[in-house]
Amino acid sequence: MTKVSMTVNGRAVSAEAEGRTLLVNYLREGLGLTGTHVGCDTSQCGACVVHVDGQAVKSCTVFAQDVAGADVRTIEGMANADGSLSTLQQAFQDHHGLQCGYCTPGMVMSSAALLAENPKPTEAEVRYHLEGNICRCTGYHNIVKAVLAASGQDVTKIAAE
Amino acid sequence: MHNFDFVKPSTIADAAQALSHEGAQALSGGQTLIPTMKQRLAAPATLVSLTAIPEMQGVCLGDGGLHIGAATPHAVVAREAKAHYPALAALAGGIGDPAVRNRGTIGGSLANNDPAACYPSAVLASGATVVTNTRKIAADDYFQGLFSTALHDGEIITSIVFPIPEKAAYVKFDQPASRFALTGVFVAKYAGGVRVAVTGASQDGVFRWKDAEAALSADFSPAAIKGLAMESGTMIHDLHGTQAYRANLVKVLTGRAVAAALA
Ligand SMILES: Cc1cc2nc3c(=O)[nH]c(=O)nc-3n(C[C@H](O)[C@H](O)[C@H](O)COP(=O)(O)OP(=O)(O)OC[C@H]3O[C@@H](n4cnc5c(N)ncnc54)[C@H](O)[C@@H]3O)c2cc1C
Ligand code: FES
Ligand code: FES
Repeated sequence: MTKVSMTVNGRAVSAEAEGRTLLVNYLREGLGLTGTHVGCDTSQCGACVVHVDGQAVKSCTVFAQDVAGADVRTIEGMANADGSLSTLQQAFQDHHGLQCGYCTPGMVMSSAALLAENPKPTEAEVRYHLEGNICRCTGYHNIVKAVLAASGQDVTKIAAE
Repeated sequence: MHNFDFVKPSTIADAAQALSHEGAQALSGGQTLIPTMKQRLAAPATLVSLTAIPEMQGVCLGDGGLHIGAATPHAVVAREAKAHYPALAALAGGIGDPAVRNRGTIGGSLANNDPAACYPSAVLASGATVVTNTRKIAADDYFQGLFSTALHDGEIITSIVFPIPEKAAYVKFDQPASRFALTGVFVAKYAGGVRVAVTGASQDGVFRWKDAEAALSADFSPAAIKGLAMESGTMIHDLHGTQAYRANLVKVLTGRAVAAALA
């Protein structure tokens, strides 16, 4: 075991990790931040996406020791300072972008990374960017709608499906 | 997953030293190796991370063409190679999904040499040079069949040098579940001739389609390959496609790649 330190959601943190400790286990078990989910554990589903130095990564496919010292953001760090939902999170609620919610932390983190890089994406760009995030419930339409709405675009013409 | 010691050197020399020990293995983006370790198909005693070595990062023009550090993630290649070698940048931008592209690296992809991976086709079609800590390996000598390469144990790919073609394109027919190439074709036209490399199709891994190269070197147009037929005997056969299906796909995608290169 080694003590691994990093910044998570703006806070300096440290916890014990073995070589094989994945970032997702470091977050969930080491720090108690259980908002980041493990859907597949085989690098396919994107439920575990967090930001490492501003980049979306699958936290089930990164070793905690490999990102020691990094600036990490998880779903717990996405709400506004007063605890209210961020624009993107609120859009997921308003447009029914979730059902069971299992994929949602990863969807929000991937979508936030897209909007940071491309503030007004087209529908096709949103779908392409979310290729690595799998949802068993929604059929994706309302997720795409939520992301477009969060980017300030008019989604009234996109039918609810 | 079995446990291991983790080291993160900051120079190629230190990484080579660490990799000379029994049971040590390189870790780059981990997008292939970590899933493999979870399945216990690999169980290194020590992992040597290559991601903190500045000499192995980045994209720049230099002697012989475009130099790409082996530990450069796909997303960076997609961004930074665009102005110099757009077909290569587009290939990098089509690998997996954004999170895979933010971690996975060109060196890891080439060391792994998955028969359905994208980069091997670009390296072979470009006649690129794989540079390691001890030597330079020509693309034609580097790929040696499924998951096998000319690399020795502990040898580190440090960069890849791509001669820049006059025209080029990569067309990938996605396998939608894995997001790898069901089949992909990279066509590159140089002053000295055309090279065509095919991934995802052959049981022997990435290969050059020499008949198409000859036809396209004489006439760089989709019509030039109309009369050719790809041998199906060595093609991969699995639940996603038969040998004949893949052989046909190689021809269709080569035509599309030529059309895209001309567009
Ligand atoms: C969901 C998903 C989708 C994907 N889709 C695609 C796709 O469409 N196309 C595609 O081509 N790939 C795809 N990949 C694979 C991806 O591109 C990997 O990033 C790549 O194959 C391996 O690169 P890495 O840096 O992650 O290597 P690692 O996983 O770190 O290492 C892979 C192997 O290479 C060795 N190695 C790494 N770097 C070096 C080096 N510099 N010198 C010597 N040996 C080295 C390691 O020891 C290991 O054996 C996908 C992966 C996932 C998880
Ligand atoms: S849990 Fe990480 S990709 Fe599915
Ligand atoms: S809301 Fe259930 S998996 Fe997406």
